[in-house]
Amino acid sequence: MNNLLNHAPILIVAIPLLAAFLIPIVGKVNKKAEGITTTFALGISLALTIILAIKILSVGPQVYVFGAKSPSLTLPSGLKFPIRIMFEVDAMGIFMGLITAIVSFLGAIYSLTFMGKYDGLDKYYSLLLLLTVGMFGMEFTGDIFNFFVFLEIASIASVALISFRGTDLGEPAEAGFKYMVVSSISALMVLFAVGIFYGQYDLLNFAAIASVIKYSQLDKIALGLLVPVLAMKAGAVPMHMWTPDAYSEAPAPITMILVAASQASLYALFRVTFSLYNISLSTLTVGWVIIIFGLLSMFIGVTMAIIQKDIKRLMAYHAISQTGYMLLGVGVGLAVLANPAALQKYGITAMEGGIFHIMNHAMYKGLLFLTAGALFYRTGTRDLNKMGGLAHSMKYTTIFFIIGAAAIAGLPPFNGFASKLLIYESVYRFNPLLSIIAMVVSILTLASFVKVFHSAFLGPKLPQFKEAKEVPRSMIFAMAALSCIIIFFGLFPNLIVKNLVHPAVMSLIEQFKYTGTVLGGM
Amino acid sequence: MLGLLETGSGFWSAIIWVVVVLVISSIVIYIRNKGEESYKKNTEQDKPFISGNPELSKEGSHIAASHIYWGFTEALKDYYNPLVKIHTGNINDYSGWIIIITIIILILVGVSG
Repeated sequence: MNNLLNHAPILIVAIPLLAAFLIPIVGKVNKKAEGITTTFALGISLALTIILAIKILSVGPQVYVFGAKSPSLTLPSGLKFPIRIMFEVDAMGIFMGLITAIVSFLGAIYSLTFMGKYDGLDKYYSLLLLLTVGMFGMEFTGDIFNFFVFLEIASIASVALISFRGTDLGEPAEAGFKYMVVSSISALMVLFAVGIFYGQYDLLNFAAIASVIKYSQLDKIALGLLVPVLAMKAGAVPMHMWTPDAYSEAPAPITMILVAASQASLYALFRVTFSLYNISLSTLTVGWVIIIFGLLSMFIGVTMAIIQKDIKRLMAYHAISQTGYMLLGVGVGLAVLANPAALQKYGITAMEGGIFHIMNHAMYKGLLFLTAGALFYRTGTRDLNKMGGLAHSMKYTTIFFIIGAAAIAGLPPFNGFASKLLIYESVYRFNPLLSIIAMVVSILTLASFVKVFHSAFLGPKLPQFKEAKEVPRSMIFAMAALSCIIIFFGLFPNLIVKNLVHPAVMSLIEQFKYTGTVLGGM
Repeated sequence: MLGLLETGSGFWSAIIWVVVVLVISSIVIYIRNKGEESYKKNTEQDKPFISGNPELSKEGSHIAASHIYWGFTEALKDYYNPLVKIHTGNINDYSGWIIIITIIILILVGVSG
């Protein structure tokens, strides 16, 4: 059992990867087994991720070296730097891994009935598994070239999934094409940055590069390439325009997973700035760049959301807006990283707020996209102008929507309130104006979701939806599970912050621990 | 037990908040129950009062999404017009924004030392 646990980092990735190639064969034998096999594989990955999280939070970061005599042998005798590909999973990596595991598992359960009417589900489930593999890989890898590979796996799977309904529809195919173009640009820039590091240091390992990085002109160019493209993949304004297209056209469970995939890019942005460069870079300049991305994303995201009529486009703009909170919180932490007094006073709390918001956002935005999917499943439309009175016939969906909407608007006692409060109260001490803007955005978010609630759920039962009824049980289960997580995180935020978020934040700040795990000296 | 979340400037406890809300709700319900008792179901009292105007059909009375916050967007049209205009849906513009922002960040990082 202990031996099995030593291999947990690779098993979490390998099981869905093998399942992805198994699905077409399973589909030949029994069509219904495709979804169940996918759910089973992702269920095992989720269980292993939880076990690995417990181990990391109690013992410390875990490395997994590929092809070595022992998975923890980072430096074979006589070598100063690692030469093998490895995973390095610390508290931040496993925090993101938990999000990926939960969201992809519930996405697969929701898909069981939601995708029932579509053909080619062997491809759908294979791609869903590959997307999950890509996300896990981005979060676990300790090697920058491997990061590029996993980014590509996630991007290619995402493109195909966004376009999945597009065989006879133009819009999903167009959204997929747009995502493909922006992903290709970002992948090229990441690869260029990888080349810069390899050309200078003959190294590809994150920790090894971090230990020798000089912040030369070439390193600055690499940083200048990585920051915008990773922010773009996370949906930061003004490079956000692919987001409403992709999120609205993808099937609802895929949209939920795409939110987590965007957050994997956000994680990479934080990993690069904190674990790779840390205080060697101009923390104030890059911190403010991230803060400005956050402000623009928060404000433009929410104001664009208010005027949308398509429920999923509206929610997509809110996803952009919420990403702004994460960028703001962590950006403030980065801006004061070189100032230990300010970091202790409010920087760590701001980062805790930003990182906690990543988890919270994945849960409530996932829930909201699933409720939008439930409405589409029963009404066949995403147009809010055509909806109304659905609370009469879809009572569970209505309750789940209220929970999700209250959480995203930052209403107590839901989880969104806890992370936003951490951001407001800490960012205020850095710059009060930033905090005030964040609060205004929260009010506008509430206003926007009041509009959705009124137009979709309230009012008299409309004649065209007389036959509408509640969605099937697998869809309700996925929404109920997310609702329970939201309520639990909202009622006991201290438990999550203390046991999951704080260690994640410290693993970003304490670069020496990240490098020490691979190079020794811990 | 109370789940105190320290924020650096204070604390937050959802449990205390829930207890306070329950207590306030109980007081509100108590006061409400002490109020007017002449209400009768399925009488004139049930009908909406629209300043004496006839009531619209139930289906016709639903306000669609486009009509909500009309005044808000109309008042802010100088903000919205250019903002909507830059969301062209054209992939060339999407790529252009990435290039522009990359150049700006390269300059900022380059000159910041």
